[in-house]
Amino acid sequence: MTGYNPQLDANGKLQHLLTIEGLPREIVLHILDTAHSFLSVGEREIKKVPLLRGKAIFNLFFEASTRTRTTFEIAAKRLSADVINLNVGTSSQSKGETLLDTVANLSAMHADMFVVRHSQSGAAHLIARHVAPYIHVINAGDGRHAHPTQGLLDMFTIRHYKKEFTTLRVAIVGDVLHSRVARSQIHALTTLGVPEVRVIGPRTLLPSNVAELGVHVYHDMAAGLRDVDVVIMLRLQNERMNGALLPSAQEFFKYYGLTPEKLGNAKPDAIVMHPGPMNRGIEIESSVADGRQSVILPQVTFGIAVRMAVMSILAGNA
Amino acid sequence: MKIQIRGGRVVDPGSGLDRVQDIFVAAGKVTGLGGAPSGFHANRVIEAAGLIVCPGLVDLSARLREPGYEYKATLESEMAAAVAGGVTSLVCPPDTEPPLDEPGLVEMLKHRARSLNQAHVYPLGALTQGLKGERITEMAELLDAGCIAFSQADAPLIDNQVLLRAMQYASTFGYPVWLRPRDASLGRDGVAHDGQVATRLGLAPIPAIAETVALSTILLLVRETGAKVHLCRLSTADGVDMVRQAKSLGINVTCDVSANQVHLSEMDIGYFDSNCHLVPPLRSLRDREAVRRGVQDGTVDAICSDHTPVDEDAKQLPFGESEAGATGLELLLALTLKWAAEAKIPLPAALAKVTSGPAKILDIGAGALSPGVNADLCVFDPQARWKVEPAALKSQGKNTPFAGYDMLGKVRFTLVQGQVVYEG
Repeated sequence: MTGYNPQLDANGKLQHLLTIEGLPREIVLHILDTAHSFLSVGEREIKKVPLLRGKAIFNLFFEASTRTRTTFEIAAKRLSADVINLNVGTSSQSKGETLLDTVANLSAMHADMFVVRHSQSGAAHLIARHVAPYIHVINAGDGRHAHPTQGLLDMFTIRHYKKEFTTLRVAIVGDVLHSRVARSQIHALTTLGVPEVRVIGPRTLLPSNVAELGVHVYHDMAAGLRDVDVVIMLRLQNERMNGALLPSAQEFFKYYGLTPEKLGNAKPDAIVMHPGPMNRGIEIESSVADGRQSVILPQVTFGIAVRMAVMSILAGNA
Repeated sequence: MKIQIRGGRVVDPGSGLDRVQDIFVAAGKVTGLGGAPSGFHANRVIEAAGLIVCPGLVDLSARLREPGYEYKATLESEMAAAVAGGVTSLVCPPDTEPPLDEPGLVEMLKHRARSLNQAHVYPLGALTQGLKGERITEMAELLDAGCIAFSQADAPLIDNQVLLRAMQYASTFGYPVWLRPRDASLGRDGVAHDGQVATRLGLAPIPAIAETVALSTILLLVRETGAKVHLCRLSTADGVDMVRQAKSLGINVTCDVSANQVHLSEMDIGYFDSNCHLVPPLRSLRDREAVRRGVQDGTVDAICSDHTPVDEDAKQLPFGESEAGATGLELLLALTLKWAAEAKIPLPAALAKVTSGPAKILDIGAGALSPGVNADLCVFDPQARWKVEPAALKSQGKNTPFAGYDMLGKVRFTLVQGQVVYEG
């Protein structure tokens, strides 16, 4: 397996975007730079560029999602692509069709790109392995594994506010165990040379070998947030709030919810990020979510530019 | 049919025999070693110069998929795979559909296997009805029908009271119980070892303690009941240590590991290779080294193939949804030789792990070469190089993590009860 990277073609160019792990730093930076050039498109009166005219992009969502699917759809439309949305969770899969059969059928409809979300880790890799060589696959979230465009838009956001990566301390707080977002962020931050990445959470919500990803582990919020430049809060899924992982949402909020007091441990100019959708009062207090340090809404705006960048680079037009 | 196998290096790990000499077979038995028995006129002479002649391999776990999963494999395909791998006796776990919990099913399986006249099949009976872990099976009836021991296969047994009763009942009659240590709750939805690869790939983890917690329970119950227990598919360093310690304390257990665990680790999962989705999961490199040490120092009595043919559809799924298992009958010998070469183990000691070692656990008269025993033999070329090509396997299951591996050691002849059943 050494040397083989399923995301790159024989010339080292980006063929699919499946994970940030193993992505060369130059490609990550190229995506961020390209996204920067797309940022202004959304502010124009005519919010379109013709880069992907005539291309068919299939949003293939095996797991329900409105926000992510919408941002991909907007990104594709701003690039003038034809977008086909499929909520497969409610159609063919429930009729027993296999994942690869679904993909083969859609390929026969001359898809150029698949944007895939699936509840199983590795689903996007599986699809990428089986599509024709001219089809590109973008992973829009696979199980607990990766959500690379989210990781990239978070890097875009950090660069926008902090300029330099190599001097930063970044803390990721909450349910790292089940989070594909956290995994993508960690790989992106380490790829871009952030010297200190911290994860903060109770032991039930941190993977047992998380330190091997190159992060520092904290269980105490105040200590973990001390002097950080960036605070990234993770969403706590409802089904994890009561049970063997956590006793209650209230107790989680008390010890790991982001309040102005806890944020006071971070640097005064620290920014607060969240991939959304937020649980106000559980992982983050409203006064912080809406406060002056919050960059949660700009993240969403940047997300469209980053997805445009990824799509245009994959299509070979950037 | 009288057969003379001429000039091979005859290795009988059980007796310590290791000498270049002829071996004579008549009426299904080994009738002579070295010099021909008086009046022996061979119908066939097999030239074995440069080849190894050893007892046919005894595989402690090979799923044949009948009854119920004929779309994954059939007795015909898997028995052909067995003899192509030099395997002449194999144990099949009870996790068929329906499970082997009724004498009729066992008799049918034995009858089908006998009629194929290839490897000997030794079924494990289900320890509990339907493998549900609730009510024990009619063990005496199942034994009469042909079962050699009782097992839960990979099905969980949640209720320790049932496990205790099953062991007490089996030990009443002296029946062996085969158990793969796995806690039913720890790592319940897991698909990969709780280590760095599962963390990186976001795969639901199965911690090592899922094995060791169950193992400690089993060992205490063995001490309590005196049941004859064989431990299947150990995968962790701590598990091997616990068995080593238990044996040194005089607790009467035996154990095996899968050839997969001897050679592979979590690292082999790479980018979600579902051929590396196995049960038990591929563990860390440290675990693999401990498994190897355990095999070498005798803590582990046998290496099995854990042969599990899976249809391609069930593997062409995201890792966590794919069906676990790897085909293995045709790789067992080569993988054992590979381990021996890497760990610098003498050939007879290595072959013991797939012949006399497992035969002793089964308490069957196989895995040996002395005059008078069944002529179940494997003749292989230790210098023959070959590459694992899934499509070329005789097993209906093409699912192997070893695809593309270079192997050394190829079976040339397999004899079962004095008949040549495979020539390669």
